[in-house]
Amino acid sequence: MERNTVLELKEKAARVRMLSVEAVYGAKSGHPGGSLSIADVITYLYFERMNLDPNDPAMESRDRFVLSKGHCCPALYSALAIKGYFAEDELKKLRKLGGMLQGHPDMKGIPGIDMSTGSLGQGFSAACGMAAVAKRKGYDWRVYTALGDGEIEEGQVWEAAMFANQYKLNNIIAFIDCNGYQIDGAVSDVMDPNPVDEKFRAFGWFAQVIDGHDFEAIDNAVNAAIESGKPAAIICKTVKGKGVSYMENNYTWHGKAPKDDEYAIAAKELEEAWIKAKEDVKNG
Amino acid sequence: MAEKEATRAAYGRKLAELGEKHDFYVLDADLSGSTQTAVFAKKYPERFFNCGIAEGNMISVAAGIAATGVPAFASSFAMFACGRAFEQIRNSVAYPHLPVKICASHAGITVGEDGATHQFCEDIAIMRALPNMTVVCPADSASTEALLEEVLNFDGPVYMRLGRYSVPQFYTKGEREFKLGKGIVLADGKDIAIVATGIMVAAAMEARAELQSIGIDAAVIDIHTIKPIDEALIKEYAAKTGAILTAEEHSVIGGLGDAVASVIAEDGNAKLAKLGINDVYGTSAPAGVLLEHYGLNAAGIVEKAKKLLNK
Repeated sequence: MERNTVLELKEKAARVRMLSVEAVYGAKSGHPGGSLSIADVITYLYFERMNLDPNDPAMESRDRFVLSKGHCCPALYSALAIKGYFAEDELKKLRKLGGMLQGHPDMKGIPGIDMSTGSLGQGFSAACGMAAVAKRKGYDWRVYTALGDGEIEEGQVWEAAMFANQYKLNNIIAFIDCNGYQIDGAVSDVMDPNPVDEKFRAFGWFAQVIDGHDFEAIDNAVNAAIESGKPAAIICKTVKGKGVSYMENNYTWHGKAPKDDEYAIAAKELEEAWIKAKEDVKNG
Repeated sequence: MAEKEATRAAYGRKLAELGEKHDFYVLDADLSGSTQTAVFAKKYPERFFNCGIAEGNMISVAAGIAATGVPAFASSFAMFACGRAFEQIRNSVAYPHLPVKICASHAGITVGEDGATHQFCEDIAIMRALPNMTVVCPADSASTEALLEEVLNFDGPVYMRLGRYSVPQFYTKGEREFKLGKGIVLADGKDIAIVATGIMVAAAMEARAELQSIGIDAAVIDIHTIKPIDEALIKEYAAKTGAILTAEEHSVIGGLGDAVASVIAEDGNAKLAKLGINDVYGTSAPAGVLLEHYGLNAAGIVEKAKKLLNK
């Protein structure tokens, strides 16, 4: 991946983080921690990897993305808004009566959302269903999906993992956002899903472990996943709350909005990061 | 009258027939022999997915398939398709209004010997509570086949309730039109209307003859679509007869009886009695024995009708 591309993706990701936290703050509720940890993967998919057209969100040949960890939709909504699927102003109405952007992704009401998700585990199965159709019909589009490391405690995830292996779905790539925390605390304290990579391998998947905030690593992993010829899991080591000092690695920021004074700090940090990222793009 | 047959058999046969002209997928959860999806699977293996014993995944996979624009039929026993996978149906299928057709066999107590863990008498109640969901319960083979085509052509989620038990055949193929949401008056009458669904329709027709012999003129209505229910038809017969008896192989809580009650309560011009499973779990026995045990037969209908009419 070229240096400029990486810098541009960093700038987009910084913007996604800014908009995500602003939206959650405006809604006075939502899930900032996991939105910030998955922001780089989503940015990579929407600004670098996926074949899509914001002017034709239902384009049949598009690659699909299913945010199985649907509660982290502030990051996805922000990416879609920046891409031009809808106006950035919509983010201000997140979770509000009459607003388009629901608390969890709604495929019927929001352009660019490929699957309604929110109940953990189900999006992963739906992603497998999409991949199964593409495989059987010989379509060349791919299905990308993102799950949380808390989410994979759901038994349905492993039912889907078996399904993908049984039907040799070599066109699905699952990002597991391993930020190490779920709403009640550290995943290792609540219900340890580790070792995640070995579990996926045992289920017949090609599994890699990468730094989920490193665009080159993400890009290389996706290329290797496609090469593997198997359903592929990319286990992303990430930082929950990435980019906001007091949210980082603090599970209490899984599902709440910052208050005014807290938001002032977050907004300042995220905006500074964005300005710096823009300068980096300019300076090359 | 043609030979007896279970609605699941008609389902399997018709599904395979529809597969010739229509593009759709079929999924099962290791019960394809029982649900009869195996007939389709044999003919169109490239459009069939056996999901193994994992009903929750099956329903969400079906939703993903449907999200690409192709309808998906998902079958298992009612207990597992609707019971175990309820939340997947709600959130992956019904909420996004996807064309997933949950065709659940072995509904009600006529599962028989397998007993209470497999006898699901609450599925209609659960499915009709879901926004966007259409609930269908055919009475015999010809109506199953006709309604299945309607279900396929309907753009949205459907729950179709099918049985294991061989039932009498009283519709003739192609004889009449079946429309989702439109009840069928099988026999007119002025004293009472027996509003039945599924296998109880045949019992209602049998009961009608007995009632006639004691001077009670009963109408029989087949409500094959429990949601959306044919309000106009039910209101018409409530006004006409002043007495409605519902009959279903399902709990008296939340099923056809309660759906009808909601319709007629508004006008308050008819008495209502509900025949069904009275808030209990089933038990192991052959299906025919169970129907008699729970009074889900012509004799049970006659008794309830007489009581309602104080005769």
